[in-house]
Amino acid sequence: MYMIKLAGYLGEFFLIFGSLFFLIACLGIVRFPDLYTRVHAASKAATLGVAGIGLCAFIILDSTAASTRSLLFIGFFFLTAPVASHMISRAAYTLGVHLVPKSARDDLKKSGHFASEK
Amino acid sequence: MIRIEVLNFSFYVICAGILLAFYRMYKGPSLPDRVLAADVISTGVSLLAVLYCLFSHTDYYLDAAIAIALMGFLGTIGFSRFMERKAHVHD
Repeated sequence: MYMIKLAGYLGEFFLIFGSLFFLIACLGIVRFPDLYTRVHAASKAATLGVAGIGLCAFIILDSTAASTRSLLFIGFFFLTAPVASHMISRAAYTLGVHLVPKSARDDLKKSGHFASEK
Repeated sequence: MIRIEVLNFSFYVICAGILLAFYRMYKGPSLPDRVLAADVISTGVSLLAVLYCLFSHTDYYLDAAIAIALMGFLGTIGFSRFMERKAHVHD
């Protein structure tokens, strides 16, 4: 009985944690000044939010198939979110989306691989 | 067992995040901004599917959540390839 209550409280904590981190990610998407900083916000914070809600499902759902699938959900996001954000950033740099003017350094500009930034 | 108030709170928070991402998709100055917003919206919809799982104590919708996440990832990759190819054509 106490273990079930403890699992419920832990699941609620992870649920609130994950949803608030997802809200922080969307707030970063709206508020950041630049595409690249927006990509950073979406990738990191949204992945942490997904991990929180997936851990809540892992704790709360009590069949083995559901727990395994929620762990698979978390692992899928940990594998695919960096790839997707990297692809978006590279495509944006190739398209010539400018950095915010006060950003410190731009190493890709010196490399000369991207024709649109010459 | 999760209390229904906590589930409601989490639902409203995730829906607010999806609305913020829709705002970025409406306003976004460049095409990659909109693609990024679409990626985050697909993430939020898969989180809503997991939330329905927690609400109904079944595990059927976890498969739907994984499928929605896969669709979002494939859409993002496809749009990124498309944008890069468009940039190379314009050069």
